[in-house]
Amino acid sequence: MTNEELKIKLIELFPSAVFEEGAEWLTVSVEPADWKNFALQIRSAENLNFDYLFCATCVDWKTHLTMVYHLTSTTHRHTIVVKSKLDRDNPEIETVSDNWRTAEFHEREAYDLFGVKFLHHPDLRRLFMTDDWNGWPLRKDYEDPVNMIKL
Amino acid sequence: MKKEKEILSTSQKVSPVWEDLEGASFPGSVHPIAGGGIVISKLDEVINWARSNSLWPLIFGTSCCAIEMMSTAAAKYDWSRFGFEVARATPRQADVIIIAGTIVNKMAPVLKRLYDQMADPKYVIAMGACATSGGPFFYNTYSVVKGADHVIPVDVYIAGCPPRPEALLHAMITLQEKIKSGATREQIKIEKQKPVTK
Repeated sequence: MTNEELKIKLIELFPSAVFEEGAEWLTVSVEPADWKNFALQIRSAENLNFDYLFCATCVDWKTHLTMVYHLTSTTHRHTIVVKSKLDRDNPEIETVSDNWRTAEFHEREAYDLFGVKFLHHPDLRRLFMTDDWNGWPLRKDYEDPVNMIKL
Repeated sequence: MKKEKEILSTSQKVSPVWEDLEGASFPGSVHPIAGGGIVISKLDEVINWARSNSLWPLIFGTSCCAIEMMSTAAAKYDWSRFGFEVARATPRQADVIIIAGTIVNKMAPVLKRLYDQMADPKYVIAMGACATSGGPFFYNTYSVVKGADHVIPVDVYIAGCPPRPEALLHAMITLQEKIKSGATREQIKIEKQKPVTK
């Protein structure tokens, strides 16, 4: 499906969806509360069939965090990007690791480096950093006087 | 302490061997006798000469410098020409470790262990900005070791990000010259510690 066709199909399923255009892939913004339902539907919906989550990451915008999910369909070969704005002080979003297995480690990484809490994640531990590490290193306001030389 | 054992005391009529082959020159001289000649040399120098010309690197690369290192090993630049011959996958068989890439805090103990597992004499080349000082990751990074020499002692540093294969070859030849001159890290250290005599 082309981006236009995808957009029409997605509006059918989610009339409140907000789209961003101009990039290579169609970008959809969803509320964190709607994300779980959205994820389940685009995976199972006929003609959409997004069965592969190839990237899940987080962006720190200083005012808020954004979770970014890149999804593709191995049968239809179309791709979308889903963004979800999170509260920086209490970033919480439902896990999709039961929907796409790759999310399990991607979400652990986002938790490790940005401190995003994935609700109902089976094993939300730090991935790269040591278990006793304090803070979220990829946040813009992260301070570490021991390891970091500030410029 | 002088460890050098002279095989023969130098006689008056000696001519250097392969004097014209810079870099490959054998340490010693030929003492001509009827029907040929005798090579006169110091055993330590011969050992250093042999060592410097068969340095086997360890397969160790932590980031993009490793791509340049692979390129240096491959057909076009071919470090075998200088005696680097084969890269070994085990530190037990390697003589030189080329730190090709960023050393992060989690990698530092691994690098130390690999270095400890190498048999003496062993040498270290710090390839590129990251291994030398942390380079692009010197400021505002929580995870990078600011120079591999915080973990293990380094013999030769190369500038560049990443250095070209020519630069790596130059560093390797520099290491060979260092070995041939007999100036190992330990010897330099001992010389420095000696009290200054008038």
